[in-house]
Amino acid sequence: MPYNEKILDHYEHPRNVGTLDRAAPNVGTGIVGAPECGDVMKLQIMVDEQDRIVDAKFKTFGCGSAIASSSLATEWVKGRSLDEALEISNEDIVRELALPPVKIHCSVLAEDAIRAAIADLKAKRAARRAEAAAAAPAPQPSST
Amino acid sequence: MKVYLDYNATTPVDPAVLEAMLPYFRERFGNAASRSHAFGWEAEAAVKRAREQVAELIHAQPEDILFTSGATEGNNLALKGAAAMYAEQGKHIITQVTEHKAVLDPCKYLEQKGYRVTFLPVDSTGRIDLAQLAEAIKPDTILVSIMHGNNEIGTLQPIADIGRLCKERGVLFHTDCCQTFGKVPIDVQALGIDLLTCSGHKIYGPKGVGAVYVRRTRPRVRLEPLLHGGGHERGMRSGTLNVPGIVGLGAAAEIAGRQMATEGPRVAALRDRLRDGLLAQLDHVTVNGHATERIPTNLNVSFAFVEGESLMMGMDDIAVSSGSACTSASLEPSYVLRALGVSDDLAHSSIRFSLGRFTTEAEIDYTIERVVAAVRRLREMSPLYEMVQEGVDLKAVQWQPH
Repeated sequence: MPYNEKILDHYEHPRNVGTLDRAAPNVGTGIVGAPECGDVMKLQIMVDEQDRIVDAKFKTFGCGSAIASSSLATEWVKGRSLDEALEISNEDIVRELALPPVKIHCSVLAEDAIRAAIADLKAKRAARRAEAAAAAPAPQPSST
Repeated sequence: MKVYLDYNATTPVDPAVLEAMLPYFRERFGNAASRSHAFGWEAEAAVKRAREQVAELIHAQPEDILFTSGATEGNNLALKGAAAMYAEQGKHIITQVTEHKAVLDPCKYLEQKGYRVTFLPVDSTGRIDLAQLAEAIKPDTILVSIMHGNNEIGTLQPIADIGRLCKERGVLFHTDCCQTFGKVPIDVQALGIDLLTCSGHKIYGPKGVGAVYVRRTRPRVRLEPLLHGGGHERGMRSGTLNVPGIVGLGAAAEIAGRQMATEGPRVAALRDRLRDGLLAQLDHVTVNGHATERIPTNLNVSFAFVEGESLMMGMDDIAVSSGSACTSASLEPSYVLRALGVSDDLAHSSIRFSLGRFTTEAEIDYTIERVVAAVRRLREMSPLYEMVQEGVDLKAVQWQPH
């Protein structure tokens, strides 16, 4: 089927292809999809001290619409807080890229990838807090 | 440069074929069934000539050839026509899983009508197992339908052995030869073929015309018609003959026959050049189908970690097709590749290149360059390729199918 301009533009000039350091404490990584389904998206976000997304990268195995959806998602999350990023819905992506019905799953996958990246970041933090709590000396009972 | 490498889908009409057809749209427009005047006789003579041209290509008699609207009709006629005609002898049909839908769907239709159909599996190269076929033939088996060359992966079935087996067991043998007619030698006598389907537009003839070979002696095969009417084509296919189309099919068959001995090796060499060029420059590339038993025009390749539709977007001046779900209406990857045991991810990554009469070495070299560049670019963008580079075993990853 012929592709529209926006999809072609993201396909020809994908924004933010690449990889962030997965182990960094301020990086969240979401990998969604499955090779046997024909699409896998990896979306990564990096946040600053205020939890604002300062960088995002993606890599996608999938059709042109999947590549475009994930490229657009990285563009849109940059500069947002985590809560604002969670407001991005697949319907916004469908509208922006004018995805046909058979490609709607690509937008769903992109939304899932954002959510997975944020969840990963939060899980990492929770784990670190738990570790810190375990390592810290037990609070001294008050003597008064 | 724009390169057409989808000749297994369709071919352009050869200029000589078009020239042969044109008078039959204009001054020689007669109905081949008009027996009372010269217009009809002229048309009838042209059809007779085309029948001879088609027959000669498969070593048949001209009277064995029926003209149809194409291979879908031909396959339907052979399968449903034989099933209806021989229902009293039995209601069992044998075919195999990588047949074209124009064979599989009539078989499924016959299943609904009370016939029993055995769909034989294929091995990893796409070939059926003769012992399995022999075992599948039962006393109530009336027909075996196994294609000659597969349209997606190019694999040739061992039709000489199948024909021999069918003869021994007294079962009719139909073969869909759309991809081999005019490209590979076919001898219906030597191969023991009772019914054969072919099409015009795969051999530089027009669309909308095809033929069925129906054996008339040892045994005399009869088919219940799909279309009832004026009793054309020995009563098996009524309808005013498509004279220009039939003339085109005949002319195309004659040219294909004349060129086969030189054209086959020429195209096969270009196909091998394409394969070798791709394999030399890219890793994680697999050729699907049989290494040697394949039609000369076809190369089916999986480029791991790259999805087929996005690959085609990346080389949009090269016309090819893909087994990826994204290119099919069903959203399922190629059933043919699946039948070979190719994993779904590699089916999504498959591209069919099919070459033809007008393919040049320059086109092949350009294609190699374009494919290699597109695959490399998309792999840079592929999380799977990155994971494999990092040593991750993709099979061990917990994916989330959606």
